[in-house]
Amino acid sequence: MATLTTDPIQVYKRPVGLTEVHSHYCPGCTHGISHRLIAEVLDEMGLREKTIGVAPVGCSVFAYKYLNTDYVEAAHGRAPAMATGIKRVRPENIVYTYQGDGDLASIGMAEIMHAAGRGENITVIFINNAIYGMTGGQMAPTTLPGMKTTSSPKGRDVEMAGFPIKMSEILATMQGSSYIVRRSLHDPAYIRKSKKAIRKAFETQVRGMGFSLVELLSTCPTNWKVTPYEALQFVEDSMIPVFPLGDFKVHPEIAKLKV
Amino acid sequence: MTKKLLKGNHALAEAAVRAGCEGFFGYPITPSTEFLEYMSSRMPELGRAFVQAESEVAAINMVYGAACAGKRTMTASSSPGVSLMMEGLSYIAGTEVPAVLVNVMRGGPGLGNIAPSQGDYNQMVKGGGHGDYFPIVIAPASVQESIDYTMLAFDLADKYRTLVYVIVDGNIGQMMEPAEMPPMREIPTEAPDWAVTGAEGRDPIALSSIYIDPYDEEVTNLRLLKKKLEIEKNEVIFKEFFMEDAEIVIIGFGTAGRISLSAVREAREQGIKVGLIRPITLFPFPFERIAEAAEQAKSFLVVEMNTGMMLDDIQVAVKGKIPVEFYGRLGGVTPFPDEILSEINRINENPPTDPNLDARADWVKRLEKAIEGSN
Amino acid sequence: METSIIISGFGGQGTLFAGQVITYAAMAAGKEVTWIPSYGPEMRGGTANCTVVISDNRIGSPLVLNPTIVIAMNQPSLEKYESLVAEGGYLIANKSLIEKDFSRSGINSYFIPANELAAEIGNMKMSSMLLTGAMVEITGILSLDQIKTALENNLPARHKKTLPMNFQAIDKGAEYIKELAAEKAK
Ligand SMILES: Cc1ncc(C[n+]2csc(CCOP(=O)(O)OP(=O)(O)O)c2C)c(N)n1
Ligand code: SF4
Repeated sequence: MATLTTDPIQVYKRPVGLTEVHSHYCPGCTHGISHRLIAEVLDEMGLREKTIGVAPVGCSVFAYKYLNTDYVEAAHGRAPAMATGIKRVRPENIVYTYQGDGDLASIGMAEIMHAAGRGENITVIFINNAIYGMTGGQMAPTTLPGMKTTSSPKGRDVEMAGFPIKMSEILATMQGSSYIVRRSLHDPAYIRKSKKAIRKAFETQVRGMGFSLVELLSTCPTNWKVTPYEALQFVEDSMIPVFPLGDFKVHPEIAKLKV
Repeated sequence: MTKKLLKGNHALAEAAVRAGCEGFFGYPITPSTEFLEYMSSRMPELGRAFVQAESEVAAINMVYGAACAGKRTMTASSSPGVSLMMEGLSYIAGTEVPAVLVNVMRGGPGLGNIAPSQGDYNQMVKGGGHGDYFPIVIAPASVQESIDYTMLAFDLADKYRTLVYVIVDGNIGQMMEPAEMPPMREIPTEAPDWAVTGAEGRDPIALSSIYIDPYDEEVTNLRLLKKKLEIEKNEVIFKEFFMEDAEIVIIGFGTAGRISLSAVREAREQGIKVGLIRPITLFPFPFERIAEAAEQAKSFLVVEMNTGMMLDDIQVAVKGKIPVEFYGRLGGVTPFPDEILSEINRINENPPTDPNLDARADWVKRLEKAIEGSN
Repeated sequence: METSIIISGFGGQGTLFAGQVITYAAMAAGKEVTWIPSYGPEMRGGTANCTVVISDNRIGSPLVLNPTIVIAMNQPSLEKYESLVAEGGYLIANKSLIEKDFSRSGINSYFIPANELAAEIGNMKMSSMLLTGAMVEITGILSLDQIKTALENNLPARHKKTLPMNFQAIDKGAEYIKELAAEKAK
């Protein structure tokens, strides 16, 4: 009978960048996954102790409890402005915002556009779950046409409430942006790609190449009123057709980078 | 009409609909969100305008536009959202067009929390935005009052071409109480003569808050002030309870007022001569009634869910005639009647005598002890 | 006379709705009523509670420090409210999710395995209605029929098919109390 001779190999551990607490996120929510990816990337790049995060107002308002770096908490939508203030007086630090779609694409539209326009050397992690999670499921600027929310009870009527706003596509048109991509968190292969994109976004900042943003399609089973599994399927079946994954702008030097 | 069990936010919204609101513009924020959610189905059903704006900044400017167009219009929000609206509100005041704002207040400053608070008293009552202007501020204390005074708010806004704020705290926005809805009002078919409607057969109208010549702005400011004085003369509303022989008088608005009523009733059962004045309009403030009460009472106890913002106004009315005490809970904490009852008992057993007593200093010590005790 | 009730449990246990049903019933009985929920993100997976006040007079405070009745649907709720029940008041606890079966002196306490009993009628979600039935049987503040009528009139249309099961739950809660009383009498 064969006996185990080697020591067990550790295949999985908590990144140093992630604190050891229970999060307040709902079961099946993918906010937690993106947190983990950020933590892993900052660990791997050795940036954790240089990084200052800017939390939004939204379900991830308490991101600072989970991500083990210095953190500040912005007013609703204003994270890119706050990040600008930090980065301009502390260019040696790594500064990133973490924002939901209501925060970034609705109330914070001006701040995000101008941060990109200025080519602000910050990184933005943009969580697109097509809904306002924290306030209980109202329509977001990214809500899909026909999608029911508590403020579009008959489904988003594009005649009255307009069309989903495609932030990555728009931000890619800004001269100041260097790295703008959309990824998804709905299954492991896509999660690995998301992690690579987050890595490249921070690499962009490290090289002083200006504005970087990773849009992550994310789930909100609670307010979509579906099971976590159905939520993942919804991303694949309904969200990706409206928000196609891809690279919208990648600086050539970053494109060459192997991560 | 029969009473129905209604949630505060829904009742406020339906009252606005019945008052003839033709345009609602808002942005979600707890604890006011049910207002917007209600309007998102109710307004389109009636063929009226509803927009979930991209921000409170946009929402209040949509209101500004609809108001200039001569339609009854409003927004509803909660403290941080109202802060964002301050610029637009000041423009509305400067342009002298009517509009209604419902503020379902929560704990602050900053992001604070979503719990009920009265911390926006100064921002609401003293103007909040830049420049010299005087919004009417009404503070209902129940679901029924929320309905009645929202109807009134639209009437007063039109009557004086002014801003009217209806302010409640999260408790009233979220609670359910039996209340009766008034019938649906007819929507006027004709626009007011100052509104922009297209200059068909008349000279064009320009609505603006710009008075580039300071002398013109001075005249405008004076007009606003005279309006204020008019409002102060005509529109004061308050309620009072057990005042006939009251020696201790409690003063509180909104939730703090109704919670005080529970305490006052219990104290009366113990034979303590205590009464309650509950201001309903915070601007115009019932200065006269408070001053009168100061002639009758031996002392006042002001109860608020803030650090004593109305207290300052009370002290102006009392002019140092009698001691004024204060009891407040802060940051989104709602006091229980028991706390107010023990304040009444304390005052009854050790009546304050110094009319110049520093109400806040004493209370800070008591509150600090209470907070320590509860930890 | 003023009666105050706090119903507290996990989000999803039906505490807020149970409170509303009691409120509707009391209102139909000609009483003054208020219902006020805990609200906000802490409801997500956390606790959800509501306070109901029933009175002959106009109600001042919709919140009470020492409620006359507490229905505690889980352990955290029991820990939070047990000590606050007014002297001579009632504690009605869901034994299925609570690690003890006795309470402090000076109050009347009942520990009822509501989840198991609700499971017997086929749906654990009925536990809040079951405890409401028990509460009414214990305190007599309203009749079972008044509760049932309120439920029938206010159950959202999409849940109408669960009405018979809700009725069963109310009855089962009340019967449990009757049996308890009969046993004690022996
Ligand atoms: C000025 C202001 N307006 C409104 C709010 C209320 N509010 C909090 S979070 C939020 C939206 C959150 O949605 P999103 O950004 O999509 O993030 P999610 O919760 O879905 O992660 C809103 C409207 C606020 N806090 N401040
Ligand atoms: S409400 Fe939605 S976005 Fe917020 S934590 Fe829950 S699942 Fe995630």
